[in-house]
Amino acid sequence: MESLLAAVTAPSAVTDAAETVAILVLLSEFAMLRSALSRSQVNLYAFQSLAVAALAFIVAAERHVNDLFVLGSLSLLLKVVIVPAILSRVLREAPDDVAGSHRLGVASMVMSAIVLSGFGIFVIGTMPIHSKLLPVLALAIAAAVILVAFLLVIVRSDVVSQAIGFFSLENGVSLAGYVLAAGLPLIAEVAFLFDLLVAVVVFGVLMRVHHGRSASLSTRALEKLRG
Amino acid sequence: MSAVLIALMVLPFAAAVASAAAPMRVAKVLTVAGGLSTFGLSISLLESKGDAAALAGWLRVDPLSLVFLLAVAFLYVTTAIFAVGYAQPRSSERETRHYSRRFFAGLNLFAWAMVMAPVVNGFTLLWVAIEVTTVVSALLVATDDTDGAVEAAWKYVLIASMGLGVALLATLVMYYAGTASLGGSYELFYPRLLAAAGHFNPEVVRLAFGLAVVGFGTKMGLVPVHTWLPDAHSEAPTPVSALLSGALLTVSFYGILRFYQVTTRAVGPAYPRSVLLVFGIASLALAALYLARQRDLKRLLAYSSIEHMGILAIGMSFSAPIAVVGVLLQVLAHAAAKSTAFFGAGSVIAKFGTKELERVRGGIGALPWSGPMFLLSVLALSAMPPFGIFRSEFLIVEGGLGSSATALVAVLLLLVTIAFLGLSWYASQTMLTPLPSGVVRGEVSTTMALSMGLGLAALVLLGIHPPAQLSELLTRAAGELRGAR
Repeated sequence: MESLLAAVTAPSAVTDAAETVAILVLLSEFAMLRSALSRSQVNLYAFQSLAVAALAFIVAAERHVNDLFVLGSLSLLLKVVIVPAILSRVLREAPDDVAGSHRLGVASMVMSAIVLSGFGIFVIGTMPIHSKLLPVLALAIAAAVILVAFLLVIVRSDVVSQAIGFFSLENGVSLAGYVLAAGLPLIAEVAFLFDLLVAVVVFGVLMRVHHGRSASLSTRALEKLRG
Repeated sequence: MSAVLIALMVLPFAAAVASAAAPMRVAKVLTVAGGLSTFGLSISLLESKGDAAALAGWLRVDPLSLVFLLAVAFLYVTTAIFAVGYAQPRSSERETRHYSRRFFAGLNLFAWAMVMAPVVNGFTLLWVAIEVTTVVSALLVATDDTDGAVEAAWKYVLIASMGLGVALLATLVMYYAGTASLGGSYELFYPRLLAAAGHFNPEVVRLAFGLAVVGFGTKMGLVPVHTWLPDAHSEAPTPVSALLSGALLTVSFYGILRFYQVTTRAVGPAYPRSVLLVFGIASLALAALYLARQRDLKRLLAYSSIEHMGILAIGMSFSAPIAVVGVLLQVLAHAAAKSTAFFGAGSVIAKFGTKELERVRGGIGALPWSGPMFLLSVLALSAMPPFGIFRSEFLIVEGGLGSSATALVAVLLLLVTIAFLGLSWYASQTMLTPLPSGVVRGEVSTTMALSMGLGLAALVLLGIHPPAQLSELLTRAAGELRGAR
């Protein structure tokens, strides 16, 4: 605990790492949004998750929080291996990859993402929550990642992209978590990860059920319920 | 009382596991037993005046959580009874086994997660419990395996999970708010946070509360993050619709109230009240408009749930203590009324083979018991006396007037009246019209009607004379919520 607090008060290495990872995560979010092929999105998600897991290891080493080594390892296994494997399997079972399921043109989409990112960074950056304990820029970028993840879910009309949108939102939250709550007890972090695992399984089941019924991964067949 | 909390944690889960392995008849018995034991255990907690803890403080019940636990436990038992008549054997032995395993294990697991949400101590496990409700209930929504069910399940799991992602962020931000006074590593137990909240950075707490309202509000069905709700409620099997509407929405509201408690202590009540007021008015207004024009019986009830959630949020925005008592009473009354209405809708759908309001006529003639009870449940939903929602909304309105929020009360009454007109119009059109030829008069199932009777009895009890212990519990819970500076 003491070492944790001591490290928190001298966070320059962690701050630098957090900001670098945050920028990588945001860039990969933009790439996912832009990517036409679902398979590319899965690879980008794996890369993004790797960056977030790397941050866990850096924070663990710098602040001497051994729990975060465990968490980073679990996160690596789940988000870099298991989730991409499940999504790749769904894509393999689909007769054709879902390409170009954008509801908006590329320019409009990227512009919207830039505006949302700017909004997220601006709002968090201008809030009077500055403290020597908090890398505010990394937190602000995490907020931008979350907003762009929402955009990704809205503008893509296939179930794999929408699921990736949710998983990448979770990456944004994890990023914020390492910045805000590195000392959160391991049991809580593991519970969050376990929940994510269950959610992944449910997403996988529903994607397969949907594909089984409509022979497609598109969400065009999921737009009948209205009013 | 710690044994009671451990039993609450174990029994519904055991019922879920056993139901997964048992044949349908046994699974039905196990589910009813799980519901009855959970309700009995919850009632027994009233003896302790709603204070109990177990497992080194990881499980904890206080008056506020007991109110929500009672609502969930009551619905668990009535839904289990309804499900006995609802779940019928499929075309083959194998299909029946598969359906029974999925449906009853899922139903018990769903109830278990909702029981755990108010029983666990702290924001972390609360979030986990509510997330578990999402993943389990999403699979339950898809049970009927129709196009509509799959669409509704997908929208539900996607939107609710994203909302809960925001709620998780709220939890992390709240954790950060406490690090300055509670240290770099601590458990997010409620009493600890409430005791230290006065030293938290107000801006951080405001951020956490705003995120929590958006996050948990997504599962609560607050407008504009409600869009999954009408689809999931209308396409799910009826027992699942009843649990979703009567219990899950209020359990999510419980999550917001826990953040509300800390926020009022950290920054005062004005900010959280304003946030809830905005979401509450938006929810009530949109629901009232949709209730005035509906085609689908279960969607009609789903929008009525959004209306009630809006009223809860508005009630919390009033400063008078009596409004908070009204809100908590509304949690209980909503659970009883909405489940009864959904059970009635289930009988109507089974009898007429359709959810379309235009094609259902002569409900009272077709269903001699369920028909009148469905009509009464709609009157209860519309806050007519002598039912519990009349009393709860009366208290909320009284609280609004006591808070000098006269204009707001006028808007509330106007929107509630629009909702009442919509609900009662469609109920009278479907129930009080002549029975078409070819429809056989008779109940679909005795247990389905029995579950409605239990719901109505509870509503009358809450409306006419709530038990003294319950009234005391509500007053104490409201006091806990208002323990602001």
